[in-house]
Amino acid sequence: MEARDASAAVVCRGVKKAFGSGSTRLEVLRGVDLEARYGELTFLVGPSGSGKTTLLSIIAGLLQADGGSVQVLGQELGRLRNGEAALFRLHNIGFVFQQFNLIPALTAAENAAVPLLAAGWKRKEAVSKARELLEDLSMAHRADVLPNKLSGGEQQRVAFARALILSPRLVICDEPTSSLDGPTGRHVMELLRKAALSRERAVLIVTHDARILDFADRVAEISDGVIGRVRQAQGVQ
Amino acid sequence: MRVKSESGLRFIAWQMLTGDRAKYFGLILAIAFSTFLMSHQMSIFVGLLDRTRSQIRDVRDASIWVMDPGTQYVDEVRAMSLSDLYRVRGVEGVEWAVPLLKGVARLKGADGTFRNSILLGVDDATLTGLPQRFLAGHWDALRAPKTVAVDRVGYAYFFGGPPYATGQEIELGPLVVRVGAVVDASPPFVNLPVVYARFSESVEMVGREPRQLSFILAKARPGVGESDLCARIRSATGLKALTSDEFGWDTIRYYIKNTGIPINFGITISIALLVGALVSGQTFSLFILENMKYFGALKAIGVTSMRIVGMIVMQALIVLAIGYSIGISLTALFFEVNKDSLDLRGFRLIPEVMLLAGGLIFVVVLMATILSVRRVVVDPALVFRG
Repeated sequence: MEARDASAAVVCRGVKKAFGSGSTRLEVLRGVDLEARYGELTFLVGPSGSGKTTLLSIIAGLLQADGGSVQVLGQELGRLRNGEAALFRLHNIGFVFQQFNLIPALTAAENAAVPLLAAGWKRKEAVSKARELLEDLSMAHRADVLPNKLSGGEQQRVAFARALILSPRLVICDEPTSSLDGPTGRHVMELLRKAALSRERAVLIVTHDARILDFADRVAEISDGVIGRVRQAQGVQ
Repeated sequence: MRVKSESGLRFIAWQMLTGDRAKYFGLILAIAFSTFLMSHQMSIFVGLLDRTRSQIRDVRDASIWVMDPGTQYVDEVRAMSLSDLYRVRGVEGVEWAVPLLKGVARLKGADGTFRNSILLGVDDATLTGLPQRFLAGHWDALRAPKTVAVDRVGYAYFFGGPPYATGQEIELGPLVVRVGAVVDASPPFVNLPVVYARFSESVEMVGREPRQLSFILAKARPGVGESDLCARIRSATGLKALTSDEFGWDTIRYYIKNTGIPINFGITISIALLVGALVSGQTFSLFILENMKYFGALKAIGVTSMRIVGMIVMQALIVLAIGYSIGISLTALFFEVNKDSLDLRGFRLIPEVMLLAGGLIFVVVLMATILSVRRVVVDPALVFRG
């Protein structure tokens, strides 16, 4: 029986993943060990092609690992069927994407309400709840605006609202500041720390933006498919 | 844990589809254009083939056509003798049988203009074979000597009508005849004027093969099956006997097999189908590909592949229904507006073409959907790739 670490939302042990076969086979992950703990911002950093995106996709349950184990919120995602994994993601994991991926035809509030709509909420109630969340993120006055009229920082705040609206216990952010200028990026990170971080939630951030590393509680460096070292911020145990 | 309602996803799918008006209308127009192109060309093709049997279809009173065994289709006949007519009348089960002459005669107007015409000589006593809709005059007028009925094409060519009137004189072969009626004959394959005369006079108008006839039109006695009677006539006389329906299809098959016109038209239709398929398939495929990252995001958030496929199918069905309705309406409108045009008579949108065009456009959009959806289903991690 596997030992479970109650303080870790994500536990990866010896995760392996390769693409292709024969002479074109490429080992992207070669035995990754990683933990993301509740109440912490865990950063996964590394150069392009180091395996960050692949690891993120495996943790999100969108890709299957070839070897090792991945435990997310105490659940082995690899053992879930596709439909079960999707529902697990919907109710337990919030996502913030690099390009925000807000649906252009939906207003800010409707975009933030997407997970609720996907969960079967009625539109009026879902949008109402999204408005409340946008208000917490100082976006109430932009709730009815389409994404193409929002600034990068505002779009990112809508993306945060979308990620948090179902109160997930894990938030995964893929390069959340790469499309933003320095001050906006830092502002967004402050907001993320304030809005997302709680004792019951872990935040895993993939980035290569050195400007925001000081927000991290823990930084895992990945290179050539393995975690090189893990640094902890001062005061983090 | 199950999702209670799909209305939220339907709302998202609808907004994604209609949010960008230009793309939305572009999609609908592409499908409408493709539907119009396919249904229009297929209607012309079907109408063209249907025209080849127009003279068979216009004979409503008789249901059996008897002809020389060498006759393959309605426009190329080997004449029979009157004795053949009497032999057919003697076959058990024949209610009645009348002669029909089909030939080509030259029409010449008062101003010297002339055209070849299709001459049909109908039975003197019963006028069987004469179209039943009269635009001017009366069927009884043909009982007068040297009197004929002309169709709309002939009337328009020589007298510039409508409005239609009777009483004009016209040369028909070696005779000067009077126009006693204007009839609404179905348009023939070649858009020549059609002239109807009594059989006894028509043999003079053609000027060849006197006292010979092209077809014998027969009617079965009540209770006698048409196919059975055809078999009896064949057996008793050695002549070829077919029901109107069989003879019509034989004629269509002859044109398909022996003339290049339907085949060339078929190629044109195939090109129309291909262009239509490419335009609508490519447009819809592009629409899905442009939205791929949003579907990817939905998938990552926790929407299953099947629910995403459901969203895309819903979008496809909406543009399909609207685009098809517009396209098929345009085709129907085209033929409705042109229904009185002498050159486009007989061409119309039939239910079979509507169904076939709908089926084809459905398959095209379905294929585009399947090919496009495959990527988001097979490669869910694409959302994390910038």
